[in-house]
Amino acid sequence: MNPTNYLYLSAILFSIGAVGVVVRRNAIVVFMCIELMLNAANLAFVTFANMTGNLQGQVMAFFTMVVAACEVVVGLAIIVTIYRSRRSASVDDASLLSR
Amino acid sequence: MNTSTNIVYLIALPLFSSALLMLLGRKADKWGHIFATLISASAFFVGVTEFFAMRSRPEEARAVTQKLFTWISVGDFQVDASLLLDQLSIAFVLLITGVGTLIHIYSIAYMSHDRDRRRFFAYLNFFIAAMLLLVLGDSYLNLYVGWEGVGLASYLLIGFWNQKPEYATAAKKAFVMNRVGDFGLSIAIMIGFATFGSVSFSGIEEKVGGAGETALTAMGLMLLLAAAGKSAQFPLQAWLGDAMAGPTPVSALIHAATMVTAGVYLITRSNFIFDNAPTAQLAVVMIGIITLLFGAVIGTAKDDIKKALAASTMSQIGYMILATGFGPAGYAFAIMHLLTHGFFKAGMFLGAGSVMHGMNDEVNMRKYGGLAKFMPITSITFGLGYLAIIGVPPFAGFYSKDKIIETAFNAGGVQGVIFGGAALLGAVITAFYMTRVMLLTFAGNKRWASDAHPHESPFLMWAPMAVLAIGSVASGYLLYSGKAIVKWLAPVVDKDHHEHVEFLPPIVVTTLAIVAVLIGVSIALLKYRGEQSDSAPSDVSIWTRFARRDLLQDDANEFLFMRPGQEVTKALVVTDERVIDGAVRGVAASAVGSARGLRKLQTGYVRNYALLILIGAALILAAIWVVTI
Repeated sequence: MNPTNYLYLSAILFSIGAVGVVVRRNAIVVFMCIELMLNAANLAFVTFANMTGNLQGQVMAFFTMVVAACEVVVGLAIIVTIYRSRRSASVDDASLLSR
Repeated sequence: MNTSTNIVYLIALPLFSSALLMLLGRKADKWGHIFATLISASAFFVGVTEFFAMRSRPEEARAVTQKLFTWISVGDFQVDASLLLDQLSIAFVLLITGVGTLIHIYSIAYMSHDRDRRRFFAYLNFFIAAMLLLVLGDSYLNLYVGWEGVGLASYLLIGFWNQKPEYATAAKKAFVMNRVGDFGLSIAIMIGFATFGSVSFSGIEEKVGGAGETALTAMGLMLLLAAAGKSAQFPLQAWLGDAMAGPTPVSALIHAATMVTAGVYLITRSNFIFDNAPTAQLAVVMIGIITLLFGAVIGTAKDDIKKALAASTMSQIGYMILATGFGPAGYAFAIMHLLTHGFFKAGMFLGAGSVMHGMNDEVNMRKYGGLAKFMPITSITFGLGYLAIIGVPPFAGFYSKDKIIETAFNAGGVQGVIFGGAALLGAVITAFYMTRVMLLTFAGNKRWASDAHPHESPFLMWAPMAVLAIGSVASGYLLYSGKAIVKWLAPVVDKDHHEHVEFLPPIVVTTLAIVAVLIGVSIALLKYRGEQSDSAPSDVSIWTRFARRDLLQDDANEFLFMRPGQEVTKALVVTDERVIDGAVRGVAASAVGSARGLRKLQTGYVRNYALLILIGAALILAAIWVVTI
């Protein structure tokens, strides 16, 4: 199969994720959309690695996974803390900076 | 030039004593005045020793120097803090420490009821140190330090009783007007440095032949401005009358005998500049003439005994400045008049202080009268000073003033007649107003306040007056017999031994001078003999009112400088508030305004920030894309 198709898929997934981050209010959904964008980037990495025939892109993909794992831990912790104090998972409720 | 190691003690002793008395504070109250007097006396002793040592040396080896330390060292330019003791300096050293010590002794009694007597003596010693530095410095820069020091001492002592606001104002007035002159001195030093690359007297004197006359004239005029400020000469004369707010010993020491003559010293010391700058010399002569008449006229109208004497000081210094304007022919006579004046004027001020002491600090001569019977010693010492100042032979002032008048006539031609005539006219007025002071104070009817009990002053007060009175009698003859002072000062002020032309034979001038004195005394006798009223007559001519207002000197200063100065200040305040503060506040206000607008961008919603990041990233990518194609 033409590797370009993988790149198209990657772009579509990234766009879905980006739109989701901007338009959704539920913190969990926003969070999942961020994961989606990370994984779209991962897909692009491994595709490029396959196209150029070396391993650098694949190694980068591992790094991205580790970063994503860390981000999940920290991000979920923040969401849970906010939920505990404000009884809401909406990102629009956490807008104290503007006041 | 020979070196000496003793000169520094002249300055160090009084400086140390002054610092000690100020630092110890009230702890030194019991013995401070005695200590300060002893220190001043020991400085006089050092001066006398140096004088005899100097006299025993041959003429060319008389001047000695002492280097203290290197003060400024920048590249080729080096200024040493070093002292120069020559024939001119030693005359001043003896006057300052000698008269200074007498006035210290007098002050012990005069200030005995003042709770700040120790502070007074600390200031007096500080003044002695600064004045000695002024006359001993070997460069204009060292002189400048002493020059400022005496200005400070004068300010502190005029305002010694600064609990009275008008006394504090008088001190400020003296200080501010002196600053104008000080500017002249600093500019003169700068001109000297720019022209000759040196600030020391000897360094400038060596190179003076190679300099253009313009630079010399400019420097001379600036030095004259400095002299006018310190010596209360026209147009900076107005502070001296108010300076009488200080205690009377201060008026005697600083504002009669020593500090105010610093201008005469400055011009005499700078003889190498003035001798090569005829225009500046003419300016010196004019200032001298104007001031000697100005002061004399004010002296005729004053009822305050100290202010009358102050006007007289101004006028007598005018004579000295006039003499310095005639170059090598006049310097020695200027210094001679300075020394004799130091004796008789200090003596008369101390006499005035003694009268005030006996009359509950009354200064108005209209409230005196008939005091000769109650204060015999004061009236005799004051009377001897009076005979000296008006120039009755053989008293001191006769020799010195007569020689100055003679020198003025010797300027030659129409100029000489004008100068000499003005000096003679000054002598007439001097004789008139001094006779008036004598008659109003010591003769005539009693016009005392009801609670006045005049009495003779204590020994500590009349003894210095007696010594100064002896000086008023004898100093003129001693200084002039065999032309002693002229020969003594010649190595400093008349190196080329000029031949002095005589326009009129001396005997004619002397006769004219004595006639002038007789005229002045007779007018005063006619006007002020017999009964006098105890208040000044009020239905007087406009000229009298003019003289009573000090010839409008304060009004002129107020109109020309103070009011315009205040207007400039007001304009500056408005500019400061509107323009400078306006600009600063405007910048702040615009920052606040733009921040208020920009704050709306910060919604606090995560998705807005995410969108902005996304747009930013897209823009960067688009930019990269555009660049790469």
